[in-house]
Amino acid sequence: MNQPSSLLVALTSPVTNAGRCGLFFVRMMRGIRPGGRLLINTLQQGYLVGARSLVIIMICGFFVGMVLALQSINALESFGAEDQTSLLVGKSLFRELGPVLTALLFAGRAGTAVAAEIGLMRATGQIDAMELMAIDPVQRIALPRFLAGLIAMPLLTGMFNALAIMGTVIFAIGVIGLDPGIFWGKLQSGVTFSEDFMQGVWKSVVFGLLVSLVAVFYGYNAKPTGAGVGTATTNTIVVSSVLILIFDFIMTSFFI
Amino acid sequence: MPNNTVEIEDLVFSRGRRMVLDHVSLNIPQGSVVAIMGPSGVGKTTVLHLMSGHLMPDSGGVRLFGQDVTRLSHGAMYELRREVGVLLQNGALFTDLTVFENVATPLREHTQLPEALIRRQVMIKLSSVGLGGTEELMPSELSGGMARRVALARAVVLDPKLMLYDEPMTGLDPIAVSTVRRLIRETNDTLDMTSIIVTHNVSQMLQLVDFCYILVNGKIAGAGRPDQLLESDDPGVRQFMNGTVEGPIPFQYTGPENWSLAN
Repeated sequence: MNQPSSLLVALTSPVTNAGRCGLFFVRMMRGIRPGGRLLINTLQQGYLVGARSLVIIMICGFFVGMVLALQSINALESFGAEDQTSLLVGKSLFRELGPVLTALLFAGRAGTAVAAEIGLMRATGQIDAMELMAIDPVQRIALPRFLAGLIAMPLLTGMFNALAIMGTVIFAIGVIGLDPGIFWGKLQSGVTFSEDFMQGVWKSVVFGLLVSLVAVFYGYNAKPTGAGVGTATTNTIVVSSVLILIFDFIMTSFFI
Repeated sequence: MPNNTVEIEDLVFSRGRRMVLDHVSLNIPQGSVVAIMGPSGVGKTTVLHLMSGHLMPDSGGVRLFGQDVTRLSHGAMYELRREVGVLLQNGALFTDLTVFENVATPLREHTQLPEALIRRQVMIKLSSVGLGGTEELMPSELSGGMARRVALARAVVLDPKLMLYDEPMTGLDPIAVSTVRRLIRETNDTLDMTSIIVTHNVSQMLQLVDFCYILVNGKIAGAGRPDQLLESDDPGVRQFMNGTVEGPIPFQYTGPENWSLAN
């Protein structure tokens, strides 16, 4: 008799969690009180989730740029079109790879850290203590981390793209020997600000919202045990990654 | 008729199929230091969480300062909690903040005091628990006993009207126990507060509290001054106060279902 109900729970839990997550978002936004305290907390968290993710984002961006250059030149060479390398790299990077890879890295680096931190606060009674001190933990703990992630993601995406272009330049011009004038000229004329660049910016904002919301939601609702914190961390990376790819498709289909 | 800070009437609370509190009623007079004592796992901490509105009962009423906490809105509950200080069993210090910031948090959140006054107030409270000079340490650098004293300083920093202590002496050395005991009494009397201490430690409470409730098997088994309880005829109260093995209070956990090694 338990099997049908377990199956029902398994099937409905994504919908239930989506609803709970939505309500959590509304609760965060309804209680928002702009002020110095929120600003300070958000800046502190911005440093932890943003600045501390910078190194991994820059390293990955640089090597993604080099790989893109290598693959593009390899493919375009057979048509004698290696001059178009910067155009191919620029469009694929600004529209897709920049925001998507940054979001996946951000979910792995900062999202899991946020979920584990909040989950541990739950497990050690810090959230209970806050409630008993008449301090709303959603406003004090979840909101600054959410806002910090939301702000950090577009900035990190910009940094990822910049380092990826740098990697492409070093490989394509420095190693392969493409003409710098043609490289930059094609990039400047082929990659548009309003379409290519802004498409990536909007995606990064949405991904930032998704990853940050998922991380604070699972962290805040973690069971107060070691296993509960582990589950919250795992759920954060799995759900974030799936949502990033689903929303990437949805947004791309709207933009094109 | 005394003015009661806390009034609990016919309180029932269950966890799953296990009834933790079975029609419990008690009153805590304003200005008193009252202990709620009982063996481990009897639901003492649950009573504190019910008083602070952190848990909701199945039935019955909990009134703090005349307000029924079971009927308060979220906002009204938070307003009421500003008058209540709670020292949790594990201290629950914020691990990402220094000792100073931990104690300063309630002041920063609930007052508009300038930084200089916040610093002064925090230093006074830290000194009163014997931890002046620890303000820049992180909670991970403190011993268990020190962390509890910091948590105590944080709990009283807003000078609440009601203090709820959950096992305040556990993990403290004898000198710290005496200090904290004196601190609880002096703070209570000086600020005209009401203090409720949940503990299983009889000897530490005898010299401190005005009144005791003994909680056994989900019910109030005894109530009175410590000296009266020591002379109690109730077998459960006598067993608990004297710490004897023989008596109606079982050592083994008794769950909702009969359990034995056989099954």
